Amino acid sequence: MELSLATRTVGEHTVLEVGGEVDVYTAPRLRERLLELIDGGARHVVVDLGRVDFLDSTGLGVLVGALKRLRTAGGSFALVCDKEPLLKIFRITALDQVFPLHPTVDAAVGADPAGAGA
Amino acid sequence: MATVRLSFSPAPVHVRTARLVGVAVARRAGVREGLLDEVRLAIGEACTRAVALHRQYGVAEPVLVEMNDSGAYTVRVVDRAPIEASIGLTALAPDELAQESLSEDALTTGVGFALLAGFVEDLQVRPVDEGIGTEVRMVWPVGR
Repeated sequence: MELSLATRTVGEHTVLEVGGEVDVYTAPRLRERLLELIDGGARHVVVDLGRVDFLDSTGLGVLVGALKRLRTAGGSFALVCDKEPLLKIFRITALDQVFPLHPTVDAAVGADPAGAGA
Repeated sequence: MATVRLSFSPAPVHVRTARLVGVAVARRAGVREGLLDEVRLAIGEACTRAVALHRQYGVAEPVLVEMNDSGAYTVRVVDRAPIEASIGLTALAPDELAQESLSEDALTTGVGFALLAGFVEDLQVRPVDEGIGTEVRMVWPVGR
């Protein structure tokens, strides 16, 4: 399945819903969209991986890139993921210690002090 | 014994094709259903790595993927990049992953290797027997 990207706003947070396959071919489109959002002023970004059925190292690299960029800008970045195969990828790469990972968008938004109460 | 060979121009768009073929042959070979996600990911990572090396060194030759189901399911992914480029792959420690100084390419390479090592119990990375290049060899049990 091809990559799909959709953006919505939840309070102070920009939620990017990603679906399909994020790999070496499609990851550049994800990078582009994240850069557009950040350059456009989004500071609290939640990437919802709920409809992702494949994620490789290239996609993980893009997500880490966004995390670093937002951290430098004083923003926040979190991921939504509750699928065991994807969670295993985060554990094996130790990226579960780098990203805030939440089971739902509500949990991600609620856990972010910057956006709480927004 | 059945062998399926696939060779593709070193372009990212073809990596998905290699994954699809690799999983189809694995299923046919009798690799159990619960392992197929790992087979898909590992073949994808090995091919992504090969494509990246070919592009980095301007190697236009195709990447070779060879699948063999005699006894176990064995997949070889062969690149034709200079050998020194492929040696010294290491997984990154958690505190290194989010360091500002680490480039996205270096991070992706490290993470890709961590995925290969984490998902493939029987993994070998070694120089090809003839000519220039590296072979990533992965073996999975078949449930027959």
